[in-house]
Amino acid sequence: MGELIKGQVVVGGTAKGVALVTDEPLSFWGGYDHQTGEITDRRHPLSGQNATGRVLVMPFTRGSSTTTAVLLEAIRKGTAPAAILTNSVDSFFALASIVANEMYATSIPLLAIEAEEASLIHTGDRLEIMADGMIQIKNASTG
Amino acid sequence: MGLELSLRDQEMLQGNFGAAPQMAMSIVVQMAEVFGANQLMDISAAHIDSTIYIGQAGLEFAEKLANLGAKVTVPSTVNVSGLDEHHWQEWPVPNDWARNAYRQMMAYKNMGCLPTWTCAPYQTAMRPVFGQQIAWGESNAIVFANSVIGARTERYPDLLDICCAVTGRVPAVGLHLTENRAGELQINLIEIPLAIQQDDSFYPVLGHLIGKIAQDRIPVITGLGHNPSEDQFKALGAAAASSGTVALFHVVGITPEAPTVEAAFQNRLPRMSIDITLHELREARKELTTADDQDLDMVVLGSPHFSLAEFKNLMPLLVGRKTSSNVTFLITSSRAMTQLADKAGYLEPIEKFGGKITVDTCILATPMLPPTVSTLMTNSAKYAYYAPGLLNTVVTFGSLADCVESAVRGRIVRDDTLWEN
Repeated sequence: MGELIKGQVVVGGTAKGVALVTDEPLSFWGGYDHQTGEITDRRHPLSGQNATGRVLVMPFTRGSSTTTAVLLEAIRKGTAPAAILTNSVDSFFALASIVANEMYATSIPLLAIEAEEASLIHTGDRLEIMADGMIQIKNASTG
Repeated sequence: MGLELSLRDQEMLQGNFGAAPQMAMSIVVQMAEVFGANQLMDISAAHIDSTIYIGQAGLEFAEKLANLGAKVTVPSTVNVSGLDEHHWQEWPVPNDWARNAYRQMMAYKNMGCLPTWTCAPYQTAMRPVFGQQIAWGESNAIVFANSVIGARTERYPDLLDICCAVTGRVPAVGLHLTENRAGELQINLIEIPLAIQQDDSFYPVLGHLIGKIAQDRIPVITGLGHNPSEDQFKALGAAAASSGTVALFHVVGITPEAPTVEAAFQNRLPRMSIDITLHELREARKELTTADDQDLDMVVLGSPHFSLAEFKNLMPLLVGRKTSSNVTFLITSSRAMTQLADKAGYLEPIEKFGGKITVDTCILATPMLPPTVSTLMTNSAKYAYYAPGLLNTVVTFGSLADCVESAVRGRIVRDDTLWEN
């Protein structure tokens, strides 16, 4: 059994996926290729990783106000993360998910989690996100 | 306490004003809940960043709103689009991109937006005033409006900005409210030579460093001995909003909400104080360059969009010179600034130099670069920051004079005496 933590639901929903964790913020504009789901910010530690279907865990989005539009494109195209966990409520990501729901009746769950709890999640862990904001962590090392 | 909507907000949400305001209000209300707002408030202007064509979803969103009959209810300028409407054929922009980007431009125009097509709306007649409540998108415009003018905007992401413009309402949160505009960390410039502070290349470097230090907090800068020009502030803000998420900064003794340190912090104690010396600035300047040799395909100026003053500053550097045949020299600006520059006689010397001008958009927002371009040089920290990820090019940061000199010589040359001595 892994850890069970509680997140604050920003945009609700359920998801399962393998965690992709960074402690550096990322701008999706210039940092996320919505055609492929690849992280393309060459200055970012996750550069070259593909986030499609992963649970992205990061502090918050950085910089450009176009981040929302890029995430919306990715949700439409099926190249978005399965869910995004941030350290505080990230309105740019939330908006993309809200508009995706208005436009395409689909959305991805967004949760805010404490930095202390984020530190329990490591890249490669299997995460299950539940509608009430509970997050089940199955550590990669322990299977 | 939850969100309380006014009667009018509720009527709009129920569709009494039509389907478009209903959709826009639904999104504004859901975002107000995300922000934890108690109420919505009026704005009197907007700047719409959603005009940048990214792909089908953004276009479908714009056309859905436009087809439902959406109209902005406050004066609304538009950011760069995905296309130089009248000159895109001069570059290898794919036809289907041009068609879609044009449709997106028309959707926003049809919603009643003013066709400014610029990332520097503070250089237009629609420049806001101190204390004005506005909903602006575009990170460099947001930080300029808040910091330099003292207007009040949150960081509006694409898609929400237009919903605010259609409803005339925003969640009453964040930088709209006085108490949230206090400084959060102090950044002290220590013994930075005045000659460097006066140089244009200081401000993008300082902004890049401040963005990295401040991240999403409000920095209060002390120790600046030079009163920056509008373009220097523009460069600082754009850089800080690229490397960080800075939406407001204060410069003690200079920006309008910071006559004193105490005022900048609203009499609270700074949680953190960080000193910046020339050493950190030199390191930050190095980070803006990814090239490791002197190859050069293109010099690009104008992010944020080139101002009339910048056109003027460029003039003496171009006289009697010509750009190398292997280098493209490009300036990105707005239609309005370019027209003023033309009247002032600044465009002809650029043409004689072999330079080109693109309006309405920029190299980050439209696929205009020939595939042969793999090395860029710029005086803009924002271009330098985003080009490697968005354009897959290497980049060199230099001063305006370095950029011109390099264009003439056909390879990267930088005069580092100011920075390294």
